[in-house]
Amino acid sequence: MTDVVLSTNRLFKSFGALRATNDVSLDLRKGEIHALIGPNGAGKSTLVQQITGHMMSDSGSVHLMGDDLSGKGPAARARLGLGRTFQISSLSMEHTVLQNAVLGALGRRGDVMRFLKPVMKDRALLSAAQDALARVGLAEYAAMLTADLSHGQRRQLEVAVALTLQPKVFLMDEPMAGLGLEGAQQMIALLTELRQSAPILLIEHDMDAVFALADRISVLVYGQVIATGTPEDIKVNPEIRAAYLGDEVPT
Amino acid sequence: MGRETYINIASLALLAGVPIWAWIVDEPFTITLATRAAIFALAGVGLNLALGLGGLISLGHAAFFGIGGYAMGILASHAQSYTPLMEVPFAIEGTKSMLVIWMVAIVTSALAALAIGLLSLRTSGVYFIMITLAFGQMIYYFAISWPAYGGEDGLSIYVRNDFPGLNTLVPIQFFGLCFGLLCLVLWLMSAVQKSSFGLALSAARQNETRVLSVGVEPYRLRLVAFTISGAITGLAGALFADLNRFVSPTMLSWQMSGEIIVFIIIGGVGRLFGPVIGAMVFILLEHVLGGLSEFWHVYLGALLLGIVLFAKGGVIGALAGREKAHD
Repeated sequence: MTDVVLSTNRLFKSFGALRATNDVSLDLRKGEIHALIGPNGAGKSTLVQQITGHMMSDSGSVHLMGDDLSGKGPAARARLGLGRTFQISSLSMEHTVLQNAVLGALGRRGDVMRFLKPVMKDRALLSAAQDALARVGLAEYAAMLTADLSHGQRRQLEVAVALTLQPKVFLMDEPMAGLGLEGAQQMIALLTELRQSAPILLIEHDMDAVFALADRISVLVYGQVIATGTPEDIKVNPEIRAAYLGDEVPT
Repeated sequence: MGRETYINIASLALLAGVPIWAWIVDEPFTITLATRAAIFALAGVGLNLALGLGGLISLGHAAFFGIGGYAMGILASHAQSYTPLMEVPFAIEGTKSMLVIWMVAIVTSALAALAIGLLSLRTSGVYFIMITLAFGQMIYYFAISWPAYGGEDGLSIYVRNDFPGLNTLVPIQFFGLCFGLLCLVLWLMSAVQKSSFGLALSAARQNETRVLSVGVEPYRLRLVAFTISGAITGLAGALFADLNRFVSPTMLSWQMSGEIIVFIIIGGVGRLFGPVIGAMVFILLEHVLGGLSEFWHVYLGALLLGIVLFAKGGVIGALAGREKAHD
């Protein structure tokens, strides 16, 4: 099991009587895209927050490259190599596209407590930021205010900022949400390419994207993983068809 | 250069020009008004780091303004009475040296800001406003009830403190000193705004989650910003006490905190020169309207309402338009 990069081990989380996360053990291996699917209310968002450290688990643990993340907050987890994008774009809207990417590079370098040197003239940070923007196709928008970007471009910028962190894993929370057909195609191409850099745990509603991208799929229902397998396994699993996929399965 | 840069230069030129003119025509009172404006501007520049860049609405900055003032008052009063501040475990003498007084004002107000920040920055929004106000009031009532340094009556200093090479009792020379400090701090703050720290602090104001997810702790950024902010406002307090040769708990009152916020709102929140223009407008209104009516704050209130409703960027926002992205 040396190729496991990120794993959750018997995670639990309850809100009152509701078991939002019920004994979830998952792993993400080197070079793969592991998709997590499940109907609304299955507990995907809760699980994501337990992995990122925004929410503490009742029990169980999360490991990243052998590091136990228990008790660490979101910033510490990001520093250890957890790069994430958000379901709802989370960017500094008053900053330029480039400034958002530079902030990521700055976080990666870890020397935010510098008070007098102009950050936007730091060659190393700028080139890291520009590389990331170029990879997601936003190079020409670098000087634009983030608030002026389209929804799809904001999603791309989220990915670019995650890239500047040079993370060990990507955790992507519905990167396709709200994208049109063309935008989704671009994002699929981008994620296919990103997999070379680090494995991706992909939380996604868009079944076309999931089946196009994922090496493995886990299905979460009522806080429990009811199945994990290759896209082919998942497609033919009658239990999953009944519980969740319905007619959405591409034939 | 953008239009905002011209406005900034013009505001500094005006702030320096009026007292020079007043000096030529021998109007010392006008020089004193300009000195007040420069000192208030400095206090506002301090708060603006926390409030404008960091989004931390502190209603307790009078605490630092007053601590700076009392640092001056206590040191100078011991110097003028030739009594040491303390003798055990080691002796500390009072002093009339402005440089020493400024250092003490900066360090003590920074420590106070650090202590207050450590606790209050765990909250946000309206709770933060209330907790900073509460700390401010605690220090205010402490000063009132502490008889050693005048209590409610405050402390008078007979002669302004010394600065090497200057006669600080000459109004234009003291103005020059305050104006020079203001320019120095503005220059430092413009560097801070463009620095790594400035970028991260401003990002934390706009979106805390974003900053966390790149591995940076917003709490640390804010604590440092709040501490520097308090230190600058404390320095302004030491100057203000020296200007009046008097310090009293009024400097610590929550109305003072409110006024510092008012400077920023009038000039433009988050704009480097916002507090400079805001303090000038405030002093002008205080002088002109204050002469007409004792209740001039009514007009100030109307002006504030107008700005908050119709010109959120304050004077600079109205003149320079939407803030340009840096670089």
